[in-house]
Amino acid sequence: MKMVNIKIDGQELQVPEGYTILDAAMSADIYIPTLCHLKGVNEIGACRMCVVEVESARGLQTACVYPVSDGLSVRTSTSLVRESRRTTLELILSNHDRKCLTCVRNRNCELQSLSEQLNIQEIEYEGETNVEPLDDFSPSIVRDPNKCILCRRCVSVCKNIQTVGAIDTAERGFDTVVSTAFERNLNEVPCTMCGQCITACPVGALREKSSIQKVWSAIAEPNLHVVVQTAPAVRVALGEEFGMPIGTIVTGKMAAGLKRLGFDKVFDTDTAADLTIMEEGTELIQRIRNGGRLPLITSCSPGWIKFAEHNYPELLDNLSTCKSPHEMFGALIKSYYARKMEIDSSKIFVVSIMPCTAKKFEAERPELAAMGHRDVDAVLTTRELARMLKEAGIDIKTLPDEEFDNPMGEATGAGVIFGSTGGVAEAALRTVAEILSGEPLEKVEYEQVRGLEGIREAEIEAGGIKLRAAAAHGLGNARDLMERIKNGEADYHFVEIMACPGGCICGGGQPIHPADKQARVDIKAKRASAIYKADRDLPLRKSHENPTVRRLYSEFLGEPGSHKAHELLHTHYNQREDYPEQ
Amino acid sequence: MKTQVGLDQRVKTLDNTDMENGQPPYRVVIGMATCGIAAGAKPVMDFFQKEVEKRNLANVFVTQVGCMGVCRLEPIVEIYTPGQEKVTYVKMTPEKASRVIEEHIIRGSVCKEYTMDNQSYMKKQIRIALRNCGLINPEDVSEYIALGGYKALERALVQMSPQEVINVIKESGLRGRGGAGFPTGVKWEFTAKAHGEQKYVCCNADEGDPGAFMDRSVLEGDPHSVIEAMAIAGYAVGANQGYIYVRAEYPVAVKRLDTAIKQAVERGLLGKNILGTGFDFSLEIRLGAGAFVCGEETALMTSIEGKRGEPRPRPPFPAVKGLWGKPTLLNNVETYANIPQIILKGAEWFSGIGTEKSKGTKVFAVGGKINNTGLIEVPMGTTLREVIYEIGGGIPNGKKFKAAQTGGPSGGCIPNQHMDTQIDYDSLVQIGSMMGSGGLIVMDEDTCMVDIAKFFLEFTVDESCGKCPPCRIGTKRMLEILSRITGGRGQAGDIEKLEKLAGNIKVSALCGLGQTAPNPVLSTLRYFRDEYEAHVNSKKCPAGVCKAMVNYVIDREACKGCGICARNCSAGAVTGEKGQPYMIEQDKCVKCGVCQVKCPFKAVKKE
Repeated sequence: MKMVNIKIDGQELQVPEGYTILDAAMSADIYIPTLCHLKGVNEIGACRMCVVEVESARGLQTACVYPVSDGLSVRTSTSLVRESRRTTLELILSNHDRKCLTCVRNRNCELQSLSEQLNIQEIEYEGETNVEPLDDFSPSIVRDPNKCILCRRCVSVCKNIQTVGAIDTAERGFDTVVSTAFERNLNEVPCTMCGQCITACPVGALREKSSIQKVWSAIAEPNLHVVVQTAPAVRVALGEEFGMPIGTIVTGKMAAGLKRLGFDKVFDTDTAADLTIMEEGTELIQRIRNGGRLPLITSCSPGWIKFAEHNYPELLDNLSTCKSPHEMFGALIKSYYARKMEIDSSKIFVVSIMPCTAKKFEAERPELAAMGHRDVDAVLTTRELARMLKEAGIDIKTLPDEEFDNPMGEATGAGVIFGSTGGVAEAALRTVAEILSGEPLEKVEYEQVRGLEGIREAEIEAGGIKLRAAAAHGLGNARDLMERIKNGEADYHFVEIMACPGGCICGGGQPIHPADKQARVDIKAKRASAIYKADRDLPLRKSHENPTVRRLYSEFLGEPGSHKAHELLHTHYNQREDYPEQ
Repeated sequence: MKTQVGLDQRVKTLDNTDMENGQPPYRVVIGMATCGIAAGAKPVMDFFQKEVEKRNLANVFVTQVGCMGVCRLEPIVEIYTPGQEKVTYVKMTPEKASRVIEEHIIRGSVCKEYTMDNQSYMKKQIRIALRNCGLINPEDVSEYIALGGYKALERALVQMSPQEVINVIKESGLRGRGGAGFPTGVKWEFTAKAHGEQKYVCCNADEGDPGAFMDRSVLEGDPHSVIEAMAIAGYAVGANQGYIYVRAEYPVAVKRLDTAIKQAVERGLLGKNILGTGFDFSLEIRLGAGAFVCGEETALMTSIEGKRGEPRPRPPFPAVKGLWGKPTLLNNVETYANIPQIILKGAEWFSGIGTEKSKGTKVFAVGGKINNTGLIEVPMGTTLREVIYEIGGGIPNGKKFKAAQTGGPSGGCIPNQHMDTQIDYDSLVQIGSMMGSGGLIVMDEDTCMVDIAKFFLEFTVDESCGKCPPCRIGTKRMLEILSRITGGRGQAGDIEKLEKLAGNIKVSALCGLGQTAPNPVLSTLRYFRDEYEAHVNSKKCPAGVCKAMVNYVIDREACKGCGICARNCSAGAVTGEKGQPYMIEQDKCVKCGVCQVKCPFKAVKKE
């Protein structure tokens, strides 16, 4: 790598060519404030917070996009720079609703932090403010333009990373607003509800549609049996909301906390993930043996499903008919578990704690109601769970580790790794390879599908079949892969797609960290390594070895892929119009 | 190997087309640029064509041409006869045209009362960029070629290396006519040296300054000069594809450009293997939807890419990473229009015109409070006084000159004390304005400078793309303060607040539009601070423009009690009895000023 010599605030630095001033400053622990910058996502130099003085350049320059060159000399904190940052921030604040106390991002807001850092105590330039209507029609995402600071991080992640483009800037000048096409509500555009816009947002302009009150009410209702289940990715992120380091596993503390919130039963969605592998694995083997439609594409990511329904109707038959794990679990709780516990299924309220906002939308899909009522009654994000715990005065750091409840609380490592990109593919390979070869696997880890490359591939030999699998995360990568499949350029048996970059561990419902932290810490990698550690720590690591799953089949479902399994655990998909007629 | 295909073989020249008869042959040209058409040139043109056909006048050749520059006298018809001075007929109508045919063309006697003397108007002008405007039919490539068109391209391709072309442009001292004045040759060299297989050449024809129409006139009057220059630029920097970004509000320019490109392609002057030299160059037109910011180079390229027209930070500069991330050369229309002449006549000829650091000429669209509104091209170094009084004919109604705005909303005003400053890039910046693309708006003593600053700021607030907060919110806040001041609600500290905000926007806005948006405020503050202070401190508008601070009153001495004012007042604010002095009820008055205009005795005063 070619290095260049530069000077920042008098400090001589040698940094790689291709760095921006911000990269270089960060490498030397020189702090430059940012607001619109989100590394790898939004690098557009719009907000002017990172302005610096560059020797021989006119005016101030934005550190986030200014490329370093040999001999460059930069000053990051002159009085001109400080005054400019303050004035610009005051201007931004002059058109912001400043209702911090009642904001969902109170104390986790980049605008708020900057305002403190830059010592803003009054706004010199008050004036007209824009007042726009709230868009809360989507079951997953609420947009509040009055808090929006037009940094465009949401736009970039939606358009460039996810290739969805449900939102973009409209109008111009002071009237500029982030909007959908034709100013429709988010429910009437091709939004996949993935929620990446929320985790990209530095302020409270985007948030999940909250189900907290609904869940509190259910818990308070004496006639309701309230069952909660938690997705694998929640346990490696919830701790962050309580100040624990990124990548801390809090499975036991989370279970303890949920019990203290008053849920009647606390189950682990991982169990259903193992069940998914049984059903999906069977589907795969059947399609391979019977010449069915290949590749089989996973269906656990509801953002991906909606994306496919909008963009790839011709590939819908490739999707696994399996419901996503928490929906399977909901259906089983209201059937198998209800019968076992002798509770009327209409009196059971199933809550899913998910790293995901699209799951909220999914839970409302009319076809996901196996027993005549919703399989899942409410979905909470990881962040919402943290809010409930805080509201109840519970700090999970202080809690003892407790177990999930039985009879549906056992899971394998295969179920846990569902939380990371490549995890479903790996879990499937562990089971399918063993079934196809008829021999127990020695090594269960399939490194080829791990990691954070956009698209990863694996080829394994089992039972005389060369099984080719691929995993893609982020909808942009999914689109690339689908185009290749559509054009006959890819020849896989099995494809895993996760809507969110990194998979569920970085889902739209996960804890949010400021952009500068995201630039310094590889959050995806840390959470993923926690997931793989949780997998290694478990005695059972293959889905078909899960005793609960075995019991479910022997007592209730019969065989994987049975008629009953299909009734309860499978679904179908429909082409969706991007902009349906109103 | 390069082989020369003679241009002359392809050309019908002006001479041998129309001038073969024994009788005096007449070339009748009608100014059919947008300005002429708007003034009614089309019926005049139709009339000439019909009459010539009807009367079978074989010795008369009628054609449309571009803008001749004298806006206030449109429609204009000029008649050329070999060996004689051309005759310019102004404010033409079909009726007048009928007499011109009858007397001038049939009987050979000029209709003097319809003509103008263009001696003084043209005296101080040198036409390089506008050389063909008003002279040739822009929709006939033959006419362009007949006057030496595409000779420069031929010379560049056949006789010169790309570096030699760049050297000539560098030595000529030509600087960008879009406003900032970056040395054109240096820009070409940067692009030529940038790494990349694919490069682009772009033309900025997104002229957006209020009151500016230099580029439109060039495109409507001489589109081939730009096309030829772009091909030369493509050869010099190593690009085979060019884009002309022109605003959709210029339909005539777009149509003529389109026709010109097609004709150039037909003649082998664009496309593959131009003039048999092996050089390929294609041109496409891209229409802009009328956003001022798309005249900023990076926003323009973003718009060509099909995205929302917003600027992006520089560096990287377009020469390194431009259109679709490829090295791109971007020049403005007028800059290109100079190129063929520089190639043909040489760097020395060009650099012999102008001042030490600003070479050649500059086209200005002169408007506002001036007698001869129109399009002029003067050598760099001409003074504002020469432009306004010698070419422009001075200020109407004997009013006093107050200031001239150059550079449009990005520029500033030049007050009376700088009337004798030479107009060039650097001296204009020194006095707080800028060359800009060539808009020149003259203001007289009745102009309120605070109101003018507000006018320009309203424009930039409206045209801000909204990407960066200093421009999006900062200019809005400045406008709010200015509205307060002109609305009679100015507060102590407002002027200082304006200055502080302006200072920050200048250094921190993302693009040139934002960085220069405060200029009209800063330059009016520099020269007319007392007017601001009068508004804020005494709640007075010295020019009597800001309505909130103006009261119309009737001078009891002067009033003859005729009642015309009361009859014309739509607000019912004027009361009184016939024969007695009338009076205005201030709480009803909407300050429209109609009473003052209608009063035959000048009894209505502003105070």
